[in-house]
Amino acid sequence: MPVLTVREALQQALHEAMADERTFIIGEDIGHYGSTYGVTAGFLEKYGPERIRDAPIAEAGIAGLAIGAAMAGMRPIAEIMSVNFSLLAFDMIINHAAKIYSMFGGKFSVPLVLRTTNGWTQLSATHSQSFDSMFAHIPGLKVVAPATPADMKGMFRAAMADPDPVIFIEHTLMYGIKGEVPEGDYIVPIGQSVLAREGRHITVVTYSRMVHLSLQAADILAKEGIEVEIVDLRTLRPLDMSVALESFKKTNRAVVVTEDWQSYGTSAEIATRLYEHGFDYLDAPIQRVNFREVPMPYAKNLEQQVVVTTDRIVAAIKKVLNRS
Amino acid sequence: MQKRRGATQAEVPAASSLRSTMTSTPFSRARDHLGDAQLVELYRQMMLIRRFEEKCQEMYTRAKIGGFLHLYVGEEATGVGAISNLQPQDHIFTHYRDHGHAIARGLNIDELMAELFGKDTGTSHGMGGSMHFADITKNFWGGYAIVGSHLLLAAGVALACQMQKTNGVVMVFFGDGATNGGEFYESLNFAQLWKLPVVFVCENNLYAMGTPIEVHSSVKEIYRKASAFDMKAMRIDGNDLLTVREQVGEAVEYARSGQGPVLVEAMTYRFRGHSAQDTQKYRSKEDVEQHRSQDPVLIFRKELIDAGVSSSADIDALDATIDEQVEASVRFADESAVPGNEWLTDSGIYAAPLATATVDPDLV
Ligand SMILES: Cc1ncc(C[n+]2csc(CCOP(=O)(O)OP(=O)(O)O)c2C)c(N)n1
Ligand SMILES: [Mg+2]
Repeated sequence: MPVLTVREALQQALHEAMADERTFIIGEDIGHYGSTYGVTAGFLEKYGPERIRDAPIAEAGIAGLAIGAAMAGMRPIAEIMSVNFSLLAFDMIINHAAKIYSMFGGKFSVPLVLRTTNGWTQLSATHSQSFDSMFAHIPGLKVVAPATPADMKGMFRAAMADPDPVIFIEHTLMYGIKGEVPEGDYIVPIGQSVLAREGRHITVVTYSRMVHLSLQAADILAKEGIEVEIVDLRTLRPLDMSVALESFKKTNRAVVVTEDWQSYGTSAEIATRLYEHGFDYLDAPIQRVNFREVPMPYAKNLEQQVVVTTDRIVAAIKKVLNRS
Repeated sequence: MQKRRGATQAEVPAASSLRSTMTSTPFSRARDHLGDAQLVELYRQMMLIRRFEEKCQEMYTRAKIGGFLHLYVGEEATGVGAISNLQPQDHIFTHYRDHGHAIARGLNIDELMAELFGKDTGTSHGMGGSMHFADITKNFWGGYAIVGSHLLLAAGVALACQMQKTNGVVMVFFGDGATNGGEFYESLNFAQLWKLPVVFVCENNLYAMGTPIEVHSSVKEIYRKASAFDMKAMRIDGNDLLTVREQVGEAVEYARSGQGPVLVEAMTYRFRGHSAQDTQKYRSKEDVEQHRSQDPVLIFRKELIDAGVSSSADIDALDATIDEQVEASVRFADESAVPGNEWLTDSGIYAAPLATATVDPDLV
């Protein structure tokens, strides 16, 4: 199986999507600039400006036009450069993309894929956020945040085939991550979580970039004889807790790792579901590892304390294990 | 219903040259183009909207209709005149004040009344209500209730029309109040930048809810806002049916010919409150009465009779038929079943089945 980076896997998926004549890409700096994170590099040359649409800096417009075009039979891919800018498109995403199918009695839907990126690296307060829980809170949206190159390709394929609006969350710090990617037709269904690593002692429930950090933490702990099981949720809405619950019933302990603020964040929902459906199996309180609850500082020493690190995951796991 | 006009701008006589012909008026020109039966049809649409909405108000008072009810009463000439220029492959987007546009586009009033009653037979299975009439079979994409938002969706459908080469035009209705928010400006920029076939129809009824235009907009002539985008624009008398038809017809042909979008500012006035709850403290009874004396529906009715297009007895008979039709819609809505609980499950929210349920099975 070929080994690709996340970027390459996504490129492959996007090229596959462009084979459908109804598909076009709309976003800022996707063409002439050469793409902010390199994903659509070379696309303008290959597909032309009609289908690779460099858009003005108008996020509501990018999302809104893509929604309208999707309603009218196109299969657009909208790219919002950074999730921080998606706030300007929230009306389009929440009031429109998510509502149109049910509000109009199921007569038409919005087959839109909206790609966007979480991420940080000394970008300070307005450029380092993640709004996963805000998207995942909304009935009518499907929200995916794959972690591996294979899942990037397979879930993008599923998203493009889906008649509903899909928010496809990438991560700026993940584009270079490598992994095996099946060739040809490869689909990973939306709404199915998966085990990223088997273990007996504790369950880590996580997704996106935090899967990789959790894997590193598990490697460290393995040296001390602690076997960590890691569940990659892959999809935030609809949220498949079956794998996590099965694991939890085996290990009786869990740590939830997410790269967003803790209060009302995705980890709150995940932990609640573990409590609701796994209470009888619980041997220790669930521990969460998240962004510290401050606007992201610029200074590197401070930023490092806000973000989730492998050390913090290791510490959380040990804390849970020591309590029981 | 389609005008007997050429498809390209060059073949359409410029409105200015037409208007300078002293002997002809929008009325006489429309009569020549359309024939008497079609003029009566346009009247029928306006009166149907009027009577339908008067019935809506009554049903609202009797609590058969809930939520917000924004009536179009007084503005009928704008919607009917503008929409009369559209062909089946064209598209419509509108705001929450959507009854008039829906009826002008020929949506079934039984289904509309049923939607208002929250019934399964409604255009949106009772999921949308007054603000969200839609019928995809007529490319009527719906009423939208977030002010200004639907302009971007309209531009998106126009982009699809352009890419699919359908020759379709998108007409989008909105109020004066919608022209101050960002989505309006984004949509104008996109539409002009990409020469999208959109006809933006701003229904300037002088108020955004209760805020007068002098208080809410730095530029009082809304059509001038298009100049920032080098966009073609016009201000028209939205209360004169055939003027609207003629001028918006030019805008539609312009957009269809691929030259780009047009912003039409139609000057009009709503006779009733912003919504059914409005106490109308912001304007005087005299002002409203003054406008009511210039009722576009009654004026056109009189024009038809005075010009001998129709006899007063025939129009009375038509009005009676409309009343019966409206009564029938109420009976239909009343007798219809309410929507089922499947609308509260994932299948009511998503077009595709989900791999895992979002609705908690343990919900009490
Ligand atoms: C974004 C947004 N803000 C506020 C409202 C509340 N609201 C509904 S209609 C309206 C006035 C709109 O006026 P205008 O655009 O002139 O349309 P009209 O109702 O006069 O036809 C307001 C403030 C809303 N629905 N959406
Ligand atoms: Mg207004």
